[in-house]
Amino acid sequence: MNQPHTSSITFADSHIGMPHGAGGQATRRLVEGLFIPAFRNAVLAERSDAAVFAHGSDRLAMTTDSYVVKPLAFPGGSIGDLAINGTVNDLAVSGADPLVVSASFILEAGLDVTILRREVEAMARAAAAAGVTIATGDTKVVEHGKADGLYINTTGLGRVDPRLQLGPSRVVPGDQVLVSGPIGDHGITILLARGELDLESDVRSDTRSILLLTRALRDALGSELKWMRDATRGGVATVLNELADDAGVSVFVSEERIPVRDVVRGACELLGIDPLHVANEGQFVAVVSRESADRAISALRAVPGGEGAVVLGEVRDGPVGAVFGRSDFGGTRVIDMLVGDPLPRIC
Amino acid sequence: MKFVDEFRESSIVRKVADEIRACVDPSRRYSIMEVCGGHTHAIFRFGLADLLPPNIDLIHGPGCPVCVLPMGRIDEGLEIANDPNVILAAYGDMMRVPGSRGSPLESKARGADVRMVYSPLDALRLAESNPERRVVFFAIGFETTTPATALTLLRARERGISNFFVFSNHILVNPAIRALLEMPDMRIDAFIGPGHVTTVIGCESYRFIARDHHRPLVVAGFEPVDVLQSILMILRQLHEGRAEIENQYTRAVPWEGNPAARGAIDLVFEPRESFEWRGLGAIPASGLQLRDEFGAFDAERHFGVTRRAVADPAEARCGDVLKGALKPHECPLFGKGCTPERPIGALMVSSEGACAAQYNYAHLKTTLTVGASDRDVATPSVDR
Repeated sequence: MNQPHTSSITFADSHIGMPHGAGGQATRRLVEGLFIPAFRNAVLAERSDAAVFAHGSDRLAMTTDSYVVKPLAFPGGSIGDLAINGTVNDLAVSGADPLVVSASFILEAGLDVTILRREVEAMARAAAAAGVTIATGDTKVVEHGKADGLYINTTGLGRVDPRLQLGPSRVVPGDQVLVSGPIGDHGITILLARGELDLESDVRSDTRSILLLTRALRDALGSELKWMRDATRGGVATVLNELADDAGVSVFVSEERIPVRDVVRGACELLGIDPLHVANEGQFVAVVSRESADRAISALRAVPGGEGAVVLGEVRDGPVGAVFGRSDFGGTRVIDMLVGDPLPRIC
Repeated sequence: MKFVDEFRESSIVRKVADEIRACVDPSRRYSIMEVCGGHTHAIFRFGLADLLPPNIDLIHGPGCPVCVLPMGRIDEGLEIANDPNVILAAYGDMMRVPGSRGSPLESKARGADVRMVYSPLDALRLAESNPERRVVFFAIGFETTTPATALTLLRARERGISNFFVFSNHILVNPAIRALLEMPDMRIDAFIGPGHVTTVIGCESYRFIARDHHRPLVVAGFEPVDVLQSILMILRQLHEGRAEIENQYTRAVPWEGNPAARGAIDLVFEPRESFEWRGLGAIPASGLQLRDEFGAFDAERHFGVTRRAVADPAEARCGDVLKGALKPHECPLFGKGCTPERPIGALMVSSEGACAAQYNYAHLKTTLTVGASDRDVATPSVDR
């Protein structure tokens, strides 16, 4: 599609730390400074949620993801839901309909089979809801103490909608940036479910398949849909920074339009966390042409679960790679990528 | 959200900003220090400097506890955590703060048992549910967090818990302000007072600032309207030649503070002769240690911690930034060797540190001002 992205990032870290997996700057350094140069090829250099490549007259999308969430179950979902929805969603934001998914299990000796059965059933339900077949799999068992009960890897293969040409090179100043609904639910749910904070609330993870939403956008917009990404680790802020970098543009967000449920906002205020940095498992960011923004919002809002879709901001020409938040009263701030995991601030 | 939305309401923010613009004397400059890191964060988070006339300089003060904590203290805490029998409990703020050999988070990744807690009571609970382990709470913060540590220690004593320890790094805000005021090249005209600290220590404790140093201080809340209103109150004092302690944050701060919380602090803690502040050096009577009566809970005594003095690199100009003598971006390390991900100097450590706040929220805005085509967005650079 586009010319391969060339990166000047080098990876000089001596050891792997938790930030390398958190989806922010350290992850990016690792991927762009080590993996991409080592595996150098045009498909990988696109750095999209799924690899897209031609197969006969079709374009196929392929993605893989490992799930290591702790705790295994949390309000609104569990690792089994995430393992299917996450992979389906990576295909969905690549403009694809999923065909098949594989599932690999890394089980810790001593895992209660009740838990395994519960998670496998959750996967089956999530797969049925997304209309995808779990076609193959693998099982490994590691010694007690070597895994948090259960890790799951899933790989998904899908067919890309032939009407679409998604990619950062299509994004131009004036394009509108949408988000599919309220942000931060998943990350805050996990933070609270770990039980370390002694805070209680009725917030639930937003884990779900976003396939129906992306389909509605595809149908309503066709080629006017330019770019999509699901806002998982690192949150919407990270996705917007990737957009700004990859497309060589800046993004301006209207602070007052950022959709956050009161309960999530309250928790974020209390913990000193920016909702834009909090992970989601059922929301995505899309870029559409200015003329099609209203149509896009109507199409999303017509789908159950898409009622909260809003225009978040717009693409401008520069400064390249920057994301700004602008409040109604005229204050502007830089919205940066997350460094490591969001941590509560107390003092 | 109640008590938040009203104080972020655009029309009110704009109105106060208009009043500030109408009030300033264009022929002079104003250097106003916000002492508290929470205010620094709010100023950058909401882009408040954009709303101010260019001759008001906001100077970001020393009120970020993790920023001013010397690296040696972090090393000492992590040395305790290297004992496999120890669980080190710390606030989230501490987790990424680097000592000379890495941060608590990195220690944890290397195998130390480091847990993030929301309150010292959570650490005490850890001690109760792990009677075979020793639990050390890495206590940090100003008078805002000290009462919670004090009450936890009182409870630990009441329950006769013997495997709970506190590594005290609690510090006091007024000795730091006094130290700044006594520096020869100090350029601060007035202070925005720390809202949360004052809920404990009360407004009267700042009297010396007005009386001895003739500088106004206005205790402020943390929303946009609060910060701007406190700046307006300061401008009025300066113009009328007044130097008084005023309270903008009346919805949270009683004038007398919280005597019960101060009582708990006094019961458990006493001032150290001197405590080292990163960027400011040693300040007399600015840190708190456990009293002898609580010596059994004192991690420093129990673990026989060896004092480590780790000097910041000489090129790091943190002290000058704190005094208002230098803007964060004027430091030779800013954004080059020293970034939030790999901080060298104190102020790059937490998002409330002046340099990290500037780096995260504002460093690109200089470019924006120079290169933007859209004037309504091209607001004045905050690092004037």
